[in-house]
Amino acid sequence: MPLTVDIRKTFVSAERRFTLDVSFATTNQRVVLFGPSGAGKSLTLQAIAGLQHPDEGTITLDGAALFDSARGIDLKPQLRRFAYLFQDYALFPHLNVRQNIAFGLHPGWLNPRARFRHPEVDYWLNALDLRGVAGNHPAQLSGGQKQRVALARALVAQPQLLLLDEPFSALDHALRQRMRRELSDLQTRLDIPMLLITHDPDDVAAFGDQVVQIIDGRVQPETPFAGYARSLS
Amino acid sequence: MEQAWVPLLLSLKVAGWATALNLVFGVAAGLGLSRWRSGARDVVDSLLTLPLVMPPTVLGYYLLVLLGRRGVIGGWLDSLGIQLVFTWQGAVIASTVVAFPLVLKSARAAFESVDPQLERAARTLGVSETAIFFRVTLPLATRGILAGTLLAFARALGEFGATLMIAGNLPGRTQTLSVAVYAAVQAGDDSTANFLVLVTSVTCVVILLAAGRLVPQHSLLTSR
Repeated sequence: MPLTVDIRKTFVSAERRFTLDVSFATTNQRVVLFGPSGAGKSLTLQAIAGLQHPDEGTITLDGAALFDSARGIDLKPQLRRFAYLFQDYALFPHLNVRQNIAFGLHPGWLNPRARFRHPEVDYWLNALDLRGVAGNHPAQLSGGQKQRVALARALVAQPQLLLLDEPFSALDHALRQRMRRELSDLQTRLDIPMLLITHDPDDVAAFGDQVVQIIDGRVQPETPFAGYARSLS
Repeated sequence: MEQAWVPLLLSLKVAGWATALNLVFGVAAGLGLSRWRSGARDVVDSLLTLPLVMPPTVLGYYLLVLLGRRGVIGGWLDSLGIQLVFTWQGAVIASTVVAFPLVLKSARAAFESVDPQLERAARTLGVSETAIFFRVTLPLATRGILAGTLLAFARALGEFGATLMIAGNLPGRTQTLSVAVYAAVQAGDDSTANFLVLVTSVTCVVILLAAGRLVPQHSLLTSR
């Protein structure tokens, strides 16, 4: 995954002024953006997905510009074909599991019907063990099931990159370990490049082929990963 | 009793039209205000909410000044051969203006309660902005909008002051239910007044119950 990110954006509010100035390049299949809360990890991930618009800089994937302020390029998130797993999963509460997964496969102004059949949707329902809850709404799902639905919804359209925002933070400890393993297996099987952000050192250990450490809006110089506790002191 | 059905049907017609108009304009204004990022937003919101707090007779007077033959809009409409004063269409305008803030307020609140994260998620799934509105934003705001619309219908049904000012009290043509109650009491016709009051009360209670049922379910559905 030849991904390069080199962006700057300044946020000004009444209380504080925050400058995001992030620059890194990677060719690894598994990259972790690591740092404390409020460091700018989520903003970076959103900029890569096209959900944030940097003030200036460039973002390229496989040599193609997704964002380039100098050339006036800012590809809409709809056209980037990135899967994005939100921290709280952002499942559509008014749609059942099947409809949630089918959401991106179904263009147009209407949602897929509750019994919408599609081979890809059925494949993912089976693959992630969701067949039994296909007709349920998100409010009726457990934390692990919600995460699997969010993963299936993100992966069903065969994206070129998987972005994950603190994917395990909403889960309890035991479930977190299981979902880490599931995600790891899935990533290996699909061979899809992924970029994961976290403040949990265990995630870094599991997925950090390359670790980009971000503190206070800036990428820290490349030092061997030394653990979260020490990096703060 | 027979003459009681005429104002009831007229009231339902006027309130129905006023509600349909508000469903378009109130929801559009509510959506606009919920998306608009500007300091002027609250000022505009307050101005649009004025009909809720102003005396209906004052509103009726404003409408008369605007829509009367010598009014700014009325003069222009008159040249096209359209008359609004002393017509049921005039009563529709009065009811629409009076009930507008109820739809605006509930639509704005409903749109603002939709988690923007869901719209972002839909964007990453490749769905166009228009489709996101119809597939995510609107369905999640529908119950809130519907509750406000029912209140607006009830308010339009009970409209008196502004309607009397602009549409007058012409039996069979512009005499709505609440105006007919007033006219019946003035004429000492107690049995007609009693019947009209009963019909009005029952209609309003039914609408309020329906609105009450919609709101809590809405918050249940969207809780995650």
